[in-house]
Formats: sequence, C-alpha cells, structure tokens
Amino acid sequence: MSRQTNRGTESKKMSSELFTLTYGALVTQLCKDYENDEDVNKQLDKMGYNIGVRLIEDFLARSNVGRCHDFRETADVIAKVAFKMYLGITPGITNWSPAGDEFSLILENNPLVDFVELPDNHSSLIYSNLLCGVLRGALEMVQMAVEAKFVQDTLKGDGVTEIRMRFIRRIEDNLPAGEE
Amino acid sequence: MADEALFLLLHNEMVSGVYKSAEHGEVENGRCITKLENMGFRVGQGLIERFTKDTARFKDELDIMKFICKDFWTTVFKKQIDNLRTNHQGIYVLQDNKFRLLTQMSAGKQYLEHASKYLAFTCGLIRGGLSNLGIKSIVTAEVSSMPACKFQVMIQKL
Repeated sequence: MSRQTNRGTESKKMSSELFTLTYGALVTQLCKDYENDEDVNKQLDKMGYNIGVRLIEDFLARSNVGRCHDFRETADVIAKVAFKMYLGITPGITNWSPAGDEFSLILENNPLVDFVELPDNHSSLIYSNLLCGVLRGALEMVQMAVEAKFVQDTLKGDGVTEIRMRFIRRIEDNLPAGEE
Repeated sequence: MADEALFLLLHNEMVSGVYKSAEHGEVENGRCITKLENMGFRVGQGLIERFTKDTARFKDELDIMKFICKDFWTTVFKKQIDNLRTNHQGIYVLQDNKFRLLTQMSAGKQYLEHASKYLAFTCGLIRGGLSNLGIKSIVTAEVSSMPACKFQVMIQKL
C-alpha cells in the first residue's frame, strides 16, 4: 500500500477543505451579523473585491501569462489558469454574446459549496458571491471593468453553477492632474 | 487544491471585515477576537473530523498534541510546529518560528500590537480540533517578535 502518495493527495484535498470550511464559517458569521441576505451578499462581494485586487498580483507572479488581447483570451485565462490554480477546477466557457462582451463560466462542481446546504430562510443568499467580487477586483487591476453575477446555483437546485461575466469598459490609466 | 495565498487573503479579509463592522465598544471588550476565535473553532472541528477519519486511535493526550504539531499543522500551514514543550500537567506550548499567517506582516517588532487579531482564528482552530478529539482546552497565543509565535494550550480536566 503506497502510503506516501496517499498523504500527498490527502493533504492537497485537506487544504482545499480548509478554505471551504473557513469560507463556510465566514458566511455563517455574516448571516448572524447582518439581518438580511442582501446585505450579506453585498458584504461578500466587497470582501471578494478586496481579495481580488491582491490576488491578481499573486496570480500574475505565479502564472507568467502575458497581457490578454481581447475578452476571449481573458476568459480562457480565467477558466483554464486562474480557477485551476486557486480552486483546482476548470470551468467551461459558454454562451458568448454576439458582440463578444459577455460569457458564462459553468462550474460543474463548486468547491466552495462542499458540505453546504442552504436553509429555507436564506433563499436569496448568494453563497459564493465572494467569487464575483474576486473576479471584479482582479480584472479591475488589469484595466477591465466587468460585472460578474451568478445566474445558476447548485445550492438552489440548478444543475450547474453559472457565473455570467460582462465586459463594461476598459479602464484608462488616470494620469495625475497637471501631467499630460 | 485551494492555494495557500487564497486562504491567507481570505483570512486577512476576515480579520479586517470583523473589525470594520465592529460596533462601538466591541473592539475594546474583545468581541472581535471572540468572533474570529469562534470561526476558527468551527473550522477546526470540521477539519479534524475529516482528517482523522482513517487514522488509528490516539494513545494519550501527548500523542494527540504531537499529531496537532506534526500532521495537522503541516496540512494547514505546510510546516510542522518547531518546538513543543509541556509540563506534563496539562499545559503545552507550541512554538512556530515562522508562522505562516504572520510572515508577510513584519519581521520583528513592527505591528506587534495587531498580531493578536491574526492569531485568534488559529487559536480557535487548535481549540476546535482538540475539542473534537475529546479534549476541552483554552488556547491563547503570544508573539514577542514576528513571525515567531507561541500557542499555549491549557487542557481543562472535566
């Protein structure tokens, strides 16, 4: 029995469980602190944003990907490199809008919701809303203003989890007043 | 395969979130630290359950503490506890010379007054883990020079 390799994969699994469990404890605490689900959703988005603006640096340092030339490349990098690196999953990319400025990330299984069930009195809670904030914050740091929102959620009974990403505009670098 | 960086950022965000939303007086009376410690407690309970599903029964208290210092710490913080001391009467001191949650913060005395906020979650983690292994305890932490810190575990005899 090769115990060595068992330990290796076990500890990888365990550290993702650490994140999942910590996230669960966070959402539970937020539900206790804020009375309604909308406030919790907003708080998760804000926290995700703060994480995203820092995570992007870690991501760029580790992954060595160059600048993306268009939104399609961005989508690929998000799904195939970023999600894989941090959450160990590769979401599918579908439902491109005709203008190429909207797409969907399809997560067959969302590691954040392992062991989670939504109780009836929290039906409008977007449990994984942190992810939307992270995506928004990270992309803002690379000059893209985007909107991310959940349109399907396995916690609410849907078959898959779907995040809709919409490109709003490119953020121009603002030069300080007085410079040209 | 959640990366360590992700957990670190989430943890730091949780600490700042708890303090930002703290009501007047909560910071002083330690409610924020309690909140963080309780979150760590829940996570520790869950984690130890998953982790020790298939391990053999522990011989005694010391065996459990060694498990926490070696396997548990390695899983959570990618390294072992550097030093375990005990008085064999229910008090254990776990010393980590390069505590993962503090390495990015400072390398010495700077920001020392804020260190306790970032240790509360981990204290709860240890307490929760021990609790589900049948040990009731009180866990505190002290830092004299970052990133080294000591966790003191006081076993409560029932």
